[in-house]
Amino acid sequence: MLSFTDEQIKRYSRHIILPEVGGKGQKKINNAKVFCVGAGGLGSPVALYLAAAGVGTIGIIDADVVDLSNLQRQILHATPDLGKPKVESARETLTALNPDLNVVVYKERLSVDNIMDIIKDYDIVLDGSDNFPTRFLVNDATYFAKKILISGSIFRFDGQVTTFKHNLETSPCYRCLYPEPPPAGLVPSCQEAGVLGVIAGTIGVLQATEALKEILGAGDSLMGRLIIYDAFDMRFQEVRIHKDPNCPLCGREPKIKELMTYEQACHL
Amino acid sequence: MAVKVRIPTPLRRITANQGEVDAEGATIGGLIEDLEKKYPGLKERLCDETGAIRRFVNIYINEEDIRFMQGKDTSVKDGDEISIIPAIAGGSEV
Repeated sequence: MLSFTDEQIKRYSRHIILPEVGGKGQKKINNAKVFCVGAGGLGSPVALYLAAAGVGTIGIIDADVVDLSNLQRQILHATPDLGKPKVESARETLTALNPDLNVVVYKERLSVDNIMDIIKDYDIVLDGSDNFPTRFLVNDATYFAKKILISGSIFRFDGQVTTFKHNLETSPCYRCLYPEPPPAGLVPSCQEAGVLGVIAGTIGVLQATEALKEILGAGDSLMGRLIIYDAFDMRFQEVRIHKDPNCPLCGREPKIKELMTYEQACHL
Repeated sequence: MAVKVRIPTPLRRITANQGEVDAEGATIGGLIEDLEKKYPGLKERLCDETGAIRRFVNIYINEEDIRFMQGKDTSVKDGDEISIIPAIAGGSEV
């Protein structure tokens, strides 16, 4: 039988009264384990909304400390948190929002050496990283580990979001969309860095929405579709992502059989 | 063929800040040449030294990725909407 405390019934009542969620769905949310790559612009709205929704275990990796220039968009952190490790600030913010939550923090950089061991404990990985080497690493690792990857990225006034269901053989992967990262100095270039802070919210909330639907097993996912958000012209566009039979990772004759490290092209 | 091409914000510096531009050509390759004439510098952002479309830039006709059609030889027709979508990586520092 579903066992909720009176407080939980009240806290999650707006979920529980939704026929598509109900007590059963809320229990799935409470038992879910998700992993956020980054406690920054995208990781903030992702983790906040998933914590509010009652996701039982939220893992967060980030090696950095809170900097004043982060606060324009990284809403997990506030001015008194300056200088504090982002994962500690995140833990405090999230547990204040929802004491039911188990927050697992990793104050380190994600690498070939630690990623497989970390993600094995989670159902869903949400990528909010700011660089291509990490993005390809997360794609490859979640593919090998057969984990669902919900990928969001932002740059200037643009955002992209999609879902890769690496637990299904029919799903494309990030390399089907973009086979290789840009070499150093090419599009998008370091000189053009910058982002309208609020776009992190838009894209992160779409990622969190996809995560909740995967947990609930409800609705149509973004698998095979890329949503492109152009905030400047206020346009959402959708394009197809095909599984590429020639994909170096998930194609018929894969060339990539183990994790690899790319050189950091541009650290924004 | 006259078509509209959506330009992503990182490339709008080249198109005088226009998010949508007109281009003519029978194929994607032809459109790129036409765009280069109108907006010099755009082609090298889209194509490498051999003329192949860069692997971190996707071009779509309506909703379809040209890599899964005939690449640069894919023909375009009046009214098609072409989108240039580069890979972007912003988020947080990890």
